Amino acid sequence: MKTKLFAVPYIIWMALFVCIPIVLIVVYAFTNDAGAFTFENFKGMTSYASVFGRSFLLAAIATIICILIGYPLSIVMSKFPSNWQKIFTMLIMLPMWMNFLLRTYAWMSILEKTGLISQLLGLVGLPPLDIINTNTAVVIGMVYNFLPFMVLPIYSVVTKIDRSLIEAAQDLGATPGKVFKKVTLPLSLPGVLSGITMVFVPAVSTFVISQLLGGGKHMLLGDLIEMQFLGTAYNPHLGSAIALVMMIIVIICLRIMNRFGDGEGQAVIL
Amino acid sequence: MAKELIRLVNCSMAFDGEVVLDNINIYFNDKKFLTLLGPSGCGKTTTLRIIGGFLKPTSGDVLFDGVRINDVPPHRRRVNTVFQKYALFPHLDVFENIAFGLRLQKKPKLAEAEIKERVLEMLEVVNLKGFEHRQVSSLSGGQQQRVAIARALVNRPEVLLLDEPLGALDMRLRKDMQNELKRIQQAMGITFIYVTHDQEEALSMSDTVVVMNEGKIQQIGTPEDIYNEPKNAFVADFIGESNIVDGIMHEDGVVEIFGRKFKCLDSGFDPMEPVDVVIRPEDVDIVPLKEGMLTGLVTNVTFKGVHYDIIVDFKGFKWLIQTTDFCPVDSKIGIKIDPDGFHVMKKSKYSGMFGDYSSYSDEYDEISDSEYDPEAEEEDGQGGGYYED
Repeated sequence: MKTKLFAVPYIIWMALFVCIPIVLIVVYAFTNDAGAFTFENFKGMTSYASVFGRSFLLAAIATIICILIGYPLSIVMSKFPSNWQKIFTMLIMLPMWMNFLLRTYAWMSILEKTGLISQLLGLVGLPPLDIINTNTAVVIGMVYNFLPFMVLPIYSVVTKIDRSLIEAAQDLGATPGKVFKKVTLPLSLPGVLSGITMVFVPAVSTFVISQLLGGGKHMLLGDLIEMQFLGTAYNPHLGSAIALVMMIIVIICLRIMNRFGDGEGQAVIL
Repeated sequence: MAKELIRLVNCSMAFDGEVVLDNINIYFNDKKFLTLLGPSGCGKTTTLRIIGGFLKPTSGDVLFDGVRINDVPPHRRRVNTVFQKYALFPHLDVFENIAFGLRLQKKPKLAEAEIKERVLEMLEVVNLKGFEHRQVSSLSGGQQQRVAIARALVNRPEVLLLDEPLGALDMRLRKDMQNELKRIQQAMGITFIYVTHDQEEALSMSDTVVVMNEGKIQQIGTPEDIYNEPKNAFVADFIGESNIVDGIMHEDGVVEIFGRKFKCLDSGFDPMEPVDVVIRPEDVDIVPLKEGMLTGLVTNVTFKGVHYDIIVDFKGFKWLIQTTDFCPVDSKIGIKIDPDGFHVMKKSKYSGMFGDYSSYSDEYDEISDSEYDPEAEEEDGQGGGYYED
């Protein structure tokens, strides 16, 4: 009984800052300024379909790129001696200790027309790169900011794979390629799934990255919601409705994805 | 004569400069049950991993059927391994675990029907019929062990390597599995190379026992040879219980211990050569004082079920004697040893390190254990303080 007491602060925290806000969002989404029940907020959203589409598309692309970079990186990291592994983990964590805004501003100056990349290209006589304020820049920003959330879960799962399982597979006749396909990959899937959750969800709702690197030209869901609460188009009811729909779509996406990883390999949802 | 299958020639292995295998020469015959026996750190698992292809010897050659296979990776060797902690694939069920090797076979690629037939057949061999769709995590230790054995055997390897496969099982299950393994080995007619630190297991299952210590082979022989004719004090002590005393070999068949001459069956030593004499606790008969060849004082009695372990002090040197007769502590007894109860061994670097029961009961458990700490023994040891390096 006593151990349950330790959960009380967390339960209070959850109730205050998770459950009540969600309830409030739901209430707001289904009411108008006068406080009357209405579906108007949802009907008003149809004009933002392209924002939904772009948000999910860019988040998906960023997540896939994160997997493509993060998975091999995790595997390679896990093969190094353990003190090297510590250094690598450190290097991956290090940027996260710096302010998120600062990191994104840094990318602005790297990607700018007169930025670092363009200058380097200029040195070898190539034309300057002009990708700031494009979707590409937004994806780069997402990948950079969220990559650690892909690498760390995969890495922690991969390092826990019992070395003797790899040896057993070799012993039974598996070439290095087969060992990967039949043992390492399936056993590391839980890490990939939680990595996807941890990258996709923040990527879909980000607004700083799209504003700074996308120049505000291509609005994402985050921007849209922010605008309804803090911006010019003040309409918390519409904002709540958008947030609610986004949440539901994210949950559906993750549910579908979880089908692929049975049993223990569930991504973290809800 | 049995056909020779695997041979290690002058194999040495060092990890970071630390030698774990020191110039091993050994061959393994076809269709035999051979056991590598020794305390932990003796190099037995290293030897097994060299044969399995997981380690390359620092120097020396590994021959399979006369062909050098040092550089052949594990997946192309015709051996399969049963790992110490089973190493079953947690993401696959019992059937798929066992079918793992079969599904990897390329030429000829096996038909699904044949895979199924062979897996089910193997499940029957290891007494796990009906378990094919169970998850491995839902199996008990003994069942997981059987799956591991089936997974290796289903590939019909020429050699099965077993790395302390029964180490994690309880006593009863170990006994059952020992019989089962022996039965499977004979039924399938393949070579088993078995690694253990359990001398009883080694003696009861093997055709040949290889006793190893400190990266060197101490003795190779049948279980009977190893027990009855140990080559040095280490082997005598590691295999069963032994009283080891300093002696002098006067001539063939006559050995002197405690200043008295005894008849024995050993020969082939130089006249007056200093030797180690092993007397097994069960070879000592307790007789009335007058008839005794030696007399001693009982200092400790432990009831062991079938027999009593008694510790008897002979001139400061304490012996372990196993007897069914009860002798109270502090009683004087006489003992008699038949000529075949003496086993005479050449002096070795292990002389004087083993076979003294002076600090009995504190130490008894350690002695029967795999770990051995010569430092501790030297401090405790009285009598028999002969040490030759």
